[in-house]
Parts: sequence; structure tokens; C-alpha cells
Amino acid sequence: MRINVSVILKQDTDGRKTPLSIIWKDGRIFEIDRVLDVRRAASLKSGGVGERYTCRIKNKQIYLFDEEGSWFLEAL
Amino acid sequence: MQRVILHSDINNFYASVECLCNPALRNKPVAVGGDPEKRHGIVLAKNEIAKRYGVKTGEALWEARQKCPDIVFVPPNFEKYLRFSKMIKEIYADYTDKIEPFGLDESWLDVTESRSLFGSGRTIADEIRKRVKTELGITVSVGVSFNKIFAKLGSDMKKPDATTEISPDNFCEKVWPLPVGELLYVGPATVRKLRHYGIYTIGDLAKCDTKYLEYWFGKNGIMLWQFANGLDTSPVSNLYAKSLIKSVGNSTTTPKDLVCDDDVKITLYLLSESVAARLREYKLMCRTVQIYVRDKELFSFERQEKLDEPVCVSTKIAETAFRLFKEHVKQPYAIRSLGVRACDLTMDTYRQMSLLPESVKLQKQEDLETAVDAIRRRFGHFSIRRGLMLTDKTLSNLNPKDDHVIHPVAFLK
Repeated sequence: MRINVSVILKQDTDGRKTPLSIIWKDGRIFEIDRVLDVRRAASLKSGGVGERYTCRIKNKQIYLFDEEGSWFLEAL
Repeated sequence: MQRVILHSDINNFYASVECLCNPALRNKPVAVGGDPEKRHGIVLAKNEIAKRYGVKTGEALWEARQKCPDIVFVPPNFEKYLRFSKMIKEIYADYTDKIEPFGLDESWLDVTESRSLFGSGRTIADEIRKRVKTELGITVSVGVSFNKIFAKLGSDMKKPDATTEISPDNFCEKVWPLPVGELLYVGPATVRKLRHYGIYTIGDLAKCDTKYLEYWFGKNGIMLWQFANGLDTSPVSNLYAKSLIKSVGNSTTTPKDLVCDDDVKITLYLLSESVAARLREYKLMCRTVQIYVRDKELFSFERQEKLDEPVCVSTKIAETAFRLFKEHVKQPYAIRSLGVRACDLTMDTYRQMSLLPESVKLQKQEDLETAVDAIRRRFGHFSIRRGLMLTDKTLSNLNPKDDHVIHPVAFLK
């Protein structure tokens, strides 16, 4: 299933986006330590296609998707 | 020099997109189809599971349910499909600029000059398939050949998610045994005619003497012979090439049969408004108005009338369309579909100034309609309407201009 999240995002002058933190539904903010990879990919588990950011949060790797402005996490 | 042409065909396009976006659908038989409430209910696409039940594209939704009671119908979402079609063309554009789309789900790619960078036709085809699967979550079948016709036949051969290569060495074994109806541009009427002359397969057509084909079909006969022999030389057109618009039209199947003049007027005015708005958008004017009428027995015809001067206003187009309708359709009638088309187009660059009251009136009407275009752009299509539309909300609840997003594509342009 798809988990929609709010994201704190940095957008630079070239239009490149870097997600900085994820705001969880209970209000907790998880800071993204590092973005390891960005590429277009489909999420078969959640059902959607967008830019897939491989992010490291507290030593754990997750996939964060940006589908035309709608951000979601792939459920594990 | 021999070309290397790919034809990429997305497997069960609309259904594949819907199943990707909604994982719950993936293990069920699914058909993407129109709205049964509004009576445009046909199967536009089906997934592999529905295919096994014998569901066919183009049949009515009730027929599909008869074959497969558990089938799930999903209404089409054309914005989604346009998005996927755009994304897949972005993948193609990484390999060549000679991309010729054929509808939303098919494209020809000419990769002759790209081989030095990316490898053979088959290598490029396989790489494209892999990328489409990972990046978009859907699959394509790709045909690789030395001309467009065989490339298209190739992509039809193995489904889903496969590459088929047709070369000058193997096309006789692979292509010639196929029924002649599989060849591009051979439709049911041509199949019937060819059968009459004892031609059943593409091979039969290829071996037929060209002078008979020319006698039976004219120069199209020679074209078909060339197709069957792998001699088609038509180029893959560039992604940015656009064909000239020859006419602008809109048609619709109405939610209920039209039985009186008021019903017909509403529909014709709606269609004419859309046609006129599009003419103004493209900065064109038309000199001929054509109508298309289909009754509930599915009998249809077209009639046209030439105007005194070029126009782009809906009132003139609608009045002409209604006049044609009254002339050719007698009461009692029950109409199922209507269409309005503007032909004989001219660019709106130089206008003949006129002092005649008729022309002044037309100019005023045009100014009015241009203002309506602006209001609709800012506040939505239904923010301003003719009083006539309020007399029957069911019929007038239609926005042909913005709903009409998929345009039919022809091979011979």
C-alpha cells in the first residue's frame, strides 16, 4: 500500500529537488541523512510512477517517491 | 543502406496502467471501458486475465460481463494514459530522435544511426523493454526489422514483453504464412476482395503479379505488394514533425436518443461551440460545414454545405448544421450520434473587409465568442452557457473541447 507523506524539500536554481526531511502522520519529523540515488522508477507495491529517491534515515535505506508533486513511501 | 526500425507496442496499455496504479486489480480480470450510464460502454483495453476469458477490445461491456462475470470495469482516465505515453517517449528519446507515434501506445523508432552508440537493433529493443518495465512498471513488445511494416508485424508476434526480429533472411518464413488481414492497411473490405481472387496470406499477396494488383486496387495495390515484400521505404518521421490540419470536427454519442428538434439543436450547438473554439485557437476559418448523423439502427451518413464566406463562429456553423439536418432527416427520427466538422480551412491572416451588414454581424459574433473563450478559460467551461442548454441538463452536460484528448492517427497522412 501507498503511504503519502509530507516532505520538507529544497529546490535549487536549476530546479533540482532534494528532500530534507519526512513529516510522519503523527507529526514526527525524520531527517534524511543523505540522498543516495535519484531515478525514475515504478513502485509495484504502492502502485505509481515517479522520481525515486533512495534515502538514508538513521542508517536505514528507504524509497521515497515523487509522483508529480505527490510524495509517498513504499510500504515495507 | 539497410535501415533498422523498431516498433514498440505497449501491451494492453490502458489496462496495464490501471493495474500498475492499483495493485488490488492485478490478480483480477480487468477491462477499461466507457461509462455504462452514459451509453458509451465498450471495452477499450483488457488485461491478460480477462483476455483468457475471451474478452475482446471493442465489444460492449455487457458482452464482456457475459463471458466473464467476475470482471472488474475501470472507467478510463485519459490524463493518466497521456502521462505514461509521454514518459515512454522520453525513454525512446534517449536512443533516437526519429520517433513516430502511432496512437498513444505504439511508436516506430529509427535506430539506424544510433547503433554505433547503443548496439544492434535487438540490443536497443531489449534495453528499452527492461527500462520500461523498471521505470514505468508496464511492458512492451518490440518488433525489429528493416522497414516499418515488418517491424509492426514483429511487435504483434510475441506478447507480452518480448522482442521479435524480422530480417531479410527470415521474413519469408515468419511473415508470409500470416493471414493477409494482418498487414497494415489491409482492412476487412480488402481482405474480402483479395479472398475473391484467391489471396489469403501475405505470401500469396507478395507472389501475386503486380499488374493484377494494380488493376484491382490502383496504386494502393502496388503499395500493398511492396509492403508484403519488405520493400516499404516510408521514413520514420521525426518526433517534432506535425501534419497540417485539414478539418476540425467533434462528434458524440448522446446519453439518450434524440427525437425532437430541440434535442438535436442542443447537441449541434454544443458541438459547434467546441469546433468554433478550436478553430479560433488554431487561428483558422472554415468554408464548409459537414454533419454526421447516426440513428438508433446504426445507419449513418454525412452531408456538407459550403458557406458564402469563411467563418469561425459557432452560430453560423450550428445554423448550417441544423439546416443540413432538417433537409436530410425526416420525422419521426431517433438519433444516437451526431457530429459537426469544419472543412476547407484557411488561415486567419488576411481578412476581406466588408461593409455588408451580414459580415458586420459575423464580426460582432466573433468578438462575443472570443470573450466567451476567455471567460471559460478563466472560470471553467460551464461558467457561461447558452440559454438553450438549460432546457435539458442531461444532454447539455458535455464539454467536447476539453474531453476530446485522444485524436485518431492515420498511417497515410
